[in-house]
Amino acid sequence: MNITYREAVRSGLREALQRDPRVFLMGEDVGKYGGTYACSKGLLDEFGPERIRDTPLSESTFVGAGIGAALGGMRPIVEVMTVNFSLLALDQIMNNAATLRHMSGGQFSVPLVVRMATGAGRQVAAQHSHSLEGWYAHIPGITVLTPATVTDARGMLLTALEQPDPVFIFEHAYLYSMEGTLEEGPVPVEISHAAVRRIGKDVSLLTFGGSLWKALAAATQLAQAGIEAEVVDLRVLRPLDRDTLLASVRKTHRAVVIDEAWRTGSFAAEISAVIMEQAFYELDAPVARVCSEEVPIPYPKHLEEAALPSVENIVQAVRRLLG
Amino acid sequence: MTASMTREQGVEWLRQMLRIRRFEERAAELYQLGKIHGFLHLYIGEEAVAAGSIPALTHDDAIVATYREHGHALVRGTSMRSLMAELFGKATGCARGRGGSMHFFDASRRFYGGLAIVGGGLPVAVGLALADKLQGRARVTACYFGDGAVAEGEFHESLNLAALWKLPVLFLCENNLYAMGTALARHQSQPDIAEKARAYAMTAHTVDGMDVLAVEVATRRAVEFVRQGNGPCFLEYRTYRFRAHSMYDAELYRTKDEVNEWKQRDPIAIFEQRLRAARLWNDEDRAQLDASIAAEVEDAVAFAEAGPWEPVDDLPKDVDSRAVGNQQSAISQKLNADR
Repeated sequence: MNITYREAVRSGLREALQRDPRVFLMGEDVGKYGGTYACSKGLLDEFGPERIRDTPLSESTFVGAGIGAALGGMRPIVEVMTVNFSLLALDQIMNNAATLRHMSGGQFSVPLVVRMATGAGRQVAAQHSHSLEGWYAHIPGITVLTPATVTDARGMLLTALEQPDPVFIFEHAYLYSMEGTLEEGPVPVEISHAAVRRIGKDVSLLTFGGSLWKALAAATQLAQAGIEAEVVDLRVLRPLDRDTLLASVRKTHRAVVIDEAWRTGSFAAEISAVIMEQAFYELDAPVARVCSEEVPIPYPKHLEEAALPSVENIVQAVRRLLG
Repeated sequence: MTASMTREQGVEWLRQMLRIRRFEERAAELYQLGKIHGFLHLYIGEEAVAAGSIPALTHDDAIVATYREHGHALVRGTSMRSLMAELFGKATGCARGRGGSMHFFDASRRFYGGLAIVGGGLPVAVGLALADKLQGRARVTACYFGDGAVAEGEFHESLNLAALWKLPVLFLCENNLYAMGTALARHQSQPDIAEKARAYAMTAHTVDGMDVLAVEVATRRAVEFVRQGNGPCFLEYRTYRFRAHSMYDAELYRTKDEVNEWKQRDPIAIFEQRLRAARLWNDEDRAQLDASIAAEVEDAVAFAEAGPWEPVDDLPKDVDSRAVGNQQSAISQKLNADR
């Protein structure tokens, strides 16, 4: 069945609300407005204002209230409109959600799910184009998911709600209108493994989220030139499935990491370090990274495109590696 | 006074205030002796607030407190042994020794910390109350914070949201007049804190926080108001910290005269005088109480001393609920190798 990413998220939300009376959704404009990206359109009518809760523009407090509600026995889904605004809630995420279980000696769990849009590519300029999921993946105590497919967009939400710990789901804003095929199988998908989205033998393209589709397009172009790229969708940034990415690198002996964040201190740097630590002697070339330019993301289309990883950048990076 | 207080209640409030003071005096000594490390924020001077307010809650109600929470945990009923062991960092502590002075936790008493980022507990309290409301439970969440928190955005966001959604939160501001070293009038354009709560359409009262009976009466009323589904309520307790902010504080920001003036209003001395004046209390009662608290404190110290350290192998335990597996042995191997 073909479905948009947006519809997949909505279908996941609806199913979650139907399955478990403890689940509720809160965030900015999730109710009457139907969600900034229309992910929760219609849910207010279906589930009522107690379970679909519009909040004031108070990111820190509604994320913190999600933590409290989770401690109090509910299964909240908090929608932070975009990753850009999640910075206002960083204290609650880092100091409370991520620490409470460990710091209390295991007395408390925080079964909270936070969803937010991430990424650039829509000409919304420097304050609305961040890709910070790699920052969040730095924090022990939380799980970080980056669904890139419609199956993951729906299924990861349901799996996340089964976890006793805080889970952060980053939905690339560029993907909401993308159509994809909903795969058969159990709806809550597993969230322990990366997925090989295309099999190849010459180079591994390691990526996640919105950049997956650029990597797949690059692989198609490379195939026309006789280069078989393997594309690994990391899916889960924390805890990272090292085995799958290392197995791919050990097979192809070359790796290009594609990450829409800025290069310095990026998640791509972490992946590169993992490869150095655990597969250094398997490499035929240094690990390459395709990341955003180190600039605030600008508004005009040509400059924004120049700042972000592109299919062309990825193809060039691969060609450089293969000499 | 006696109309709303039995001898039993009065003695219990006095006992709780003295337990807090003796526990903390001993903790300060142990800090100097190198048994306790990190930050240690003493509540001495403010005991009437915890001793008077917490008995107004039921066992089912929740408490969210701050880094100055020794008194709250003691009055809530967490054993002095496990609290002293937590200060020592021992595995027998109320948070397995992982939190220390600022992070007391006790799930069995619905004590949610011990949250040490100023203002950070308010949103959590709002969420606990939201969970109760959604599940139809008539429980109250009591959220303690200081006057410093009033300057944080989370204070304003949380008061607004709790009032907007009519959530059963009791906001309890312990106004000791200083945000660490900055006097209230030096950081607030409107120093009347209860007035700020009223701006969010919330019922708010100011209470003499040096008078345990006044605290108890006001808090009991506020708890009932909240429990009946009227939405949140706000109390500002006017109190004073007799000791330094933490263990390293030259107190350059206030005069000795000011501190001594407030010490004339010592909540323990004043309340004891009232009990004596009402002929409910005498020297013999006091001697007995002192002896019993001294014994409790020394027992707690001995318990803390005797307690084991958490094994280094447990370091990654409970970071999250997943099995630790190989990561655990790798970390412990490294740490053991470094020793």
